Amino acid sequence: MHAGLLESYQPRRSPVHRLATQTKLVAALALIFCVVSIPKGWDRMGWTVFDGTALLLVMTAARSRLSAAFLLRRLLLLEPFVLGVAALSFWQPHGWTVFWHAVARSTLCLATLVLLAATTPFSEIVRVLRTWRVPALLLTTLTLMDRYLFVLIEETGRMQRARASRTFVVRSRWAVWRTLAETLGELFVRSTERAGRIYAAMCARGWETSEPPVG
Amino acid sequence: MHIPDGFLDLKTSVAADVLSAGALALALRDARRTLSPRRVPLLGLAAAFVFAGQMLNFPVAGGTSGHLVGSVLTAALLGPGAAVIALTAVLVVQCFVFADGGVLALGANVFNMGVVGALVGYALYRTVHRQLGGGLRGAVAAAAFASWVSTVLAAVCCAGMLAVSGTVPWQVAFPAMAGVHMLIGVGEALITALVLVSVGQAHPELLHAPARTGEERTGYRTLMGYGLIAAAGLALFLSPFASKSPDGLDRVAETRGFATSAQHFWAVHTPFAEYVMPGVRSASLATALAGLFGTVVVFFLARWASRLLLPTE
Repeated sequence: MHAGLLESYQPRRSPVHRLATQTKLVAALALIFCVVSIPKGWDRMGWTVFDGTALLLVMTAARSRLSAAFLLRRLLLLEPFVLGVAALSFWQPHGWTVFWHAVARSTLCLATLVLLAATTPFSEIVRVLRTWRVPALLLTTLTLMDRYLFVLIEETGRMQRARASRTFVVRSRWAVWRTLAETLGELFVRSTERAGRIYAAMCARGWETSEPPVG
Repeated sequence: MHIPDGFLDLKTSVAADVLSAGALALALRDARRTLSPRRVPLLGLAAAFVFAGQMLNFPVAGGTSGHLVGSVLTAALLGPGAAVIALTAVLVVQCFVFADGGVLALGANVFNMGVVGALVGYALYRTVHRQLGGGLRGAVAAAAFASWVSTVLAAVCCAGMLAVSGTVPWQVAFPAMAGVHMLIGVGEALITALVLVSVGQAHPELLHAPARTGEERTGYRTLMGYGLIAAAGLALFLSPFASKSPDGLDRVAETRGFATSAQHFWAVHTPFAEYVMPGVRSASLATALAGLFGTVVVFFLARWASRLLLPTE
């Protein structure tokens, strides 16, 4: 995964972006539940539902003011894996039916998630999860992870740059593995140290274990 | 190994969701009791670390590369409960932010990577560590071995889920997933070992040891709960194939009448309608034997590698 492809949330002024997060989340979950719950036997009915879902998604995407190229690129990024696993379904009777069914189901669910992620910031999703009484410890973990993910990714990049500027020739694959593993080890050490500083800062702001940090 | 939505049918997804929710609830209760408040932010940072670590690509051969999954590594560094919470957070963010792995399939992914990967992996790690007499060298060997076994087991479990859902037949899914992950597992084991060596040598105090961090041990009942959930999941997703394999699907096809309608329009166009793929029937048996053999080989390789990596201890 490239760092450039990581920015999934696209701020825009559109009706879809303005929609309450809770509504979007429930709608996305309902749509995915609906698509997944269609059994393979339902040929005609199943495809009607799939077509309807696809139409609904295209209409939502059109109103969201996101570029079609962006949405398609994100979808295509994940599609090879879907096709790869689905290709295994050929080795059975009615292979084509199973293949198309699996591809249609997972592509629709993927498109739903891509659309949700592009129009909804993750912190909003965590906020809704809090009203759904998800345990505070998990929410704290999610919030901190969301907050520090890019900090750690940048830190990894800095460490690799620092290493590269001190290494003239990479001698062997083994050496590459060792240095990468040492980078990872160092990243973990720095993460724990950072966690200690965050704890001190959280305590200084009057944090208690029972509630998540201000997000 | 992130299963997207749509590959698993409703019953499999929901069963995995329930099992994973149970494991997560146990882990959260465990963490609230045993984790000192000082270490609470570490869960979030560890999750971010796992995610960032998964983006670091290790060159394998011919331009391909692999990356760390980090289940056993996280469990060895933070303990089993904390690892389940951190890995769940990773999967939730990957699902809702990057659409990598499904929402309904979230439970399935948490089960494979958290329950099988981290909990079963950690149980193996602790057992082997104790057998090898402790110490950093023992920890490295045990972690490498546990990483390999849990990676392969998680892949087998993933194959079982796909087969129970009727997406991919077991005779194909099992050899394909297990075979590939026996190789991937070697990479995972090596990275885990190397990272543990690097952390353990520079900061031995960071390796998870309840006595050292002043935390309570995970309760006996919690461990029982973890074990029950893991066993229930493995029974649900794998046992349908243990006895009937490799001909279970044929029987299902006959009873459902697929076999008689083999001249159906689609079937004519299916490239491998009659299992013409050579060796598909015996592939499951061969894979299972390779797995058993591989487990023994990897165990000795892990011990040998830990001696090589830590010559003085």
